[in-house]
Amino acid sequence: MNAEVVLFYAFAVLALLSAGMVIASRSPINSALSLVATFFFLAGTYVLLLAHTIAVLQVLVYAGAIMVLFLFVIMLLNLTETEGERAKVTFGRVAGALAAVSLFALLALVVMGVKGAPTAMATAELARFGTLAALGQTLYTEWLLPFEAVSLLLLVAIVGAVVVAKARI
Amino acid sequence: MVPTSNYLLLAAALFCMGMLGVLVRRNALVVFMCVELMLNASNLTFLAFARHRGDMTGHISAFFVIAVAAAEAAIGLAIVIAVFRSRGTLNVDDIRTMRH
Repeated sequence: MNAEVVLFYAFAVLALLSAGMVIASRSPINSALSLVATFFFLAGTYVLLLAHTIAVLQVLVYAGAIMVLFLFVIMLLNLTETEGERAKVTFGRVAGALAAVSLFALLALVVMGVKGAPTAMATAELARFGTLAALGQTLYTEWLLPFEAVSLLLLVAIVGAVVVAKARI
Repeated sequence: MVPTSNYLLLAAALFCMGMLGVLVRRNALVVFMCVELMLNASNLTFLAFARHRGDMTGHISAFFVIAVAAAEAAIGLAIVIAVFRSRGTLNVDDIRTMRH
């Protein structure tokens, strides 16, 4: 058992536990904070996959910006009390749980077909994989047009958010 | 070394938990958070395959997913605020104008 295996299982179990807390906790604030924890543990698994840059982006954008936005909205709407979220067993809930479990069974069946460990890489390649320099080089050469399209998308999202949320313009 | 299928299993489990939350929870904000969880699970799949194949294109996909998630969160939370302002509730069972 080397450190990578131990860290992977620790991160996996903690991520699953906090994801369960997101679903199970009754107040939206607890859900949001559990989601922040999930994002941090997922960032840990990203680092284990040598995706350092994406892990940093995950912490900055997801755990930082997006979750602050969520907490801000919860605070703004004063949602601290639960909105009558009764733990009743209804047909919809049972059907939802069944759908989720059967989807997981199907995905697990497919995923088990992926054999083998990650490809071994030479030391020079390994030092470069997942770094900001390598990501930037791929992004700004091969994927320049999608990158610009995403910047346009973000602009549209900013304008749209203002238009939707503002009572009167 | 952890086999790739373990990462994929973790991603599948997280995706299904997100889906369970979307189907079961009634608070629109929590449904939203579960959608973010599903997006993250798909990101983990992209990164696992990127490592599996030694190809960084998966990182690009994850980058775009994060950017789109940021845009989606901005719009979605604006819609949540607008709905709460006009209805006074976030229960998705009570917001059914477009059902008929």
